Amino acid sequence: MAYKERTDGRKFDGLRPMEAKVGVIPNADGSAIFKAGKTTAYAAVYGPRELYPRFLQNPKKGIIRCHYGMMPFSGSGERIRPGSSRRAQEISMVMNNALNPVIDLSAFPNAVVDIFIGLPQTDAGTRCAAITAASMALADAGIPMKDMISSVSVGQVDGLVVADLDYNEEAYDAIVSDVPVAMTHNSQEITLLQMDGEISKDDLVKSLKLAKDVLEKVYEVQKNALKAKYSQD
Amino acid sequence: MSNIIVKERDIVIPGEVLAEGMDYLPGDNTYREGERIFSKILGLIGIAGRVIKITPLSGPYVPKVGDKIIGKVFDITMNGFRMETATAYSAMLNVRDATTRFVRSNEGLDQILSIGDYAVVKITKVTSQNLIDLTMKEPGLRKTDGGRIIKINSQKVPRVIGRQGSMINLIKDKTGCNITVGQNGLVWVKGTPESELLVTKAIKLIEQKSHQEGLTEKVDAFLTANKGDIKVEAKVEVKGEEQ
Amino acid sequence: MIVNKKTISQLAKVQKRLDGRALTDYRQPINVETNISWTAEGSAKVQIGDTVVLAGVKLSLEKPYNDTPNQGGIMINAELLPLSSSEYESGPPGIKAIELARVTDRGIREAKAIDMKKLCVTPGEKAWFVIIDIVTLNDAGNLFDAASLAALTALKSARFPVVDEKTGAINYKKKTDQSLPLLKEPLAVTIYKINGSLVVDPTAEEEKAHDARLTVASDSNGTISAMQKGGEVPLTIDEVEQICDLALEKAKFLREELNKALKN
Repeated sequence: MAYKERTDGRKFDGLRPMEAKVGVIPNADGSAIFKAGKTTAYAAVYGPRELYPRFLQNPKKGIIRCHYGMMPFSGSGERIRPGSSRRAQEISMVMNNALNPVIDLSAFPNAVVDIFIGLPQTDAGTRCAAITAASMALADAGIPMKDMISSVSVGQVDGLVVADLDYNEEAYDAIVSDVPVAMTHNSQEITLLQMDGEISKDDLVKSLKLAKDVLEKVYEVQKNALKAKYSQD
Repeated sequence: MSNIIVKERDIVIPGEVLAEGMDYLPGDNTYREGERIFSKILGLIGIAGRVIKITPLSGPYVPKVGDKIIGKVFDITMNGFRMETATAYSAMLNVRDATTRFVRSNEGLDQILSIGDYAVVKITKVTSQNLIDLTMKEPGLRKTDGGRIIKINSQKVPRVIGRQGSMINLIKDKTGCNITVGQNGLVWVKGTPESELLVTKAIKLIEQKSHQEGLTEKVDAFLTANKGDIKVEAKVEVKGEEQ
Repeated sequence: MIVNKKTISQLAKVQKRLDGRALTDYRQPINVETNISWTAEGSAKVQIGDTVVLAGVKLSLEKPYNDTPNQGGIMINAELLPLSSSEYESGPPGIKAIELARVTDRGIREAKAIDMKKLCVTPGEKAWFVIIDIVTLNDAGNLFDAASLAALTALKSARFPVVDEKTGAINYKKKTDQSLPLLKEPLAVTIYKINGSLVVDPTAEEEKAHDARLTVASDSNGTISAMQKGGEVPLTIDEVEQICDLALEKAKFLREELNKALKN
């Protein structure tokens, strides 16, 4: 195990400093900003509102629709050309799957709740930050949800199982595995699971258990941000 | 062993555990799973006997029969007026429900309401797909004229109206404005520009602090502190306008 | 959904506004923040009332255009993000975004704000190209002014990235302390005409109730570098002159706000 100390000095289960606030976009029905280290995600919720195109409408309940997008100046290298990329479309889809299990839009047939994500700066863990922000924005918008969803990446860097990989770790010159995970809070069930890199089955299970632990901390940040809006001053 | 975890007026987020055991009952915006009752939204706890319910702090308006709302005409068809209601759903005001007088078949419907007009209307029907039928024929229902329309979150409407109208009447008395509050969160305010602005600020204050106690006193204090902004004129009695 | 068009128009005629402001006052607060994005070579966040826009500068080394082999280049792009208003949809920029980008671009390019020759590294082969991306976070009206202020702030706070001397590769993770060769600092101010009265810093509602508008970009010494008229109602020459005077005065005010922010 060559990688004993993390590039930024964190312990293996240390998360980057997190910040969260809700109600940051007045035009939106609900909104939030979530920062994990140098990755920042804005989420804005609009809806329930009319859904077009019509063929997407579900007469039994409303649907959610995530739109993930990185701002052109948010990539760690060159400028990102505006416009939807295949990566953004895939992330939008896995976000839908990550949030859907807890959402109840049975009172809003044929309607849509749009969730827009914008990232002004990134340092890995973008879809996790996006999901975490989206979950807060949905709650801020008063959308009925059985539970909150929290998300973080876990994985292994050169044999060390770690939580919340940053870009330097994802790009580390050794065998690395990056596993974005999202979970419900009460039942601790997984709603997002992806992986790239290489990992042993044992390390994968170890990573998932680590995710379960550290997501408690992410949940606390989300909960405090939502309650902070309604202080008793 | 039953155990209630939250207390009256606590703020809870979706998924928070409210109570354990079968002694308590899940009220509005909560659900039971196994032995525990959970929250379904971001809101304020209310406990009435054994029922735990949550009052939402924000959220979409769900159209209900009998609700008085304010809508905006966006289309005129052969049969009447299609209106935006700040919901995801289409609302229809049929011409025979729009006026008591006889409407000639060759008469332009825009004599009654034009595109872009706001009107105080009432919901008469809501289908299973949430399509809405409206009427404008009852007393108190009419096209708005003058003043301004503002929008608040529909979940705050009960606080803006207050118990038996106590809050809205306080605002009306202290500003001299006519105010009509739609259940969908649209509010029609009419007075002098300065008094309308003061009403807007007071209502925004209620929106921000709706979860706090002593709100009526806070609003009263706010209106008193700022009454220099306006000239309080005698409230103008306009037939059929007041709620 | 809400536009109190008639009321806004009536109030404007008697020099009043819905929010009680004077016709020529900007909303409060006005906040200008720099370095809101570590991945951008320069960045800014501008808030005017409830309107918030971000601007980010990205620099790259490209082959100069054939007709200007000794110069670098600049491009300004704008996106009206759907997260900033229920009126915007995902997809390619509509005409409103295009107009915003092109007007902001002209204000900076035509002012010759950047010394393009100083961006040249090797004539005919390599020069720096500056791309400014403006992105809306909350559109509550007056994007023209906010975008122009954000673009200028981002330009001023931008620093060249380190370039590896041997390979010529850009190390975007390391910045030098060298700033862009700025010659001028143009700022745009848009004045709206509503029912005969001239209005500064409209809300989104007031924008919908306008008859005409004129964007005037000017430099700190009062030279006008770009203009754009919008709206269906014509303007008289006198009105244009009045608007220019007002725009120059307001540009001074915005410049003070910008300098206050950059001091910190």
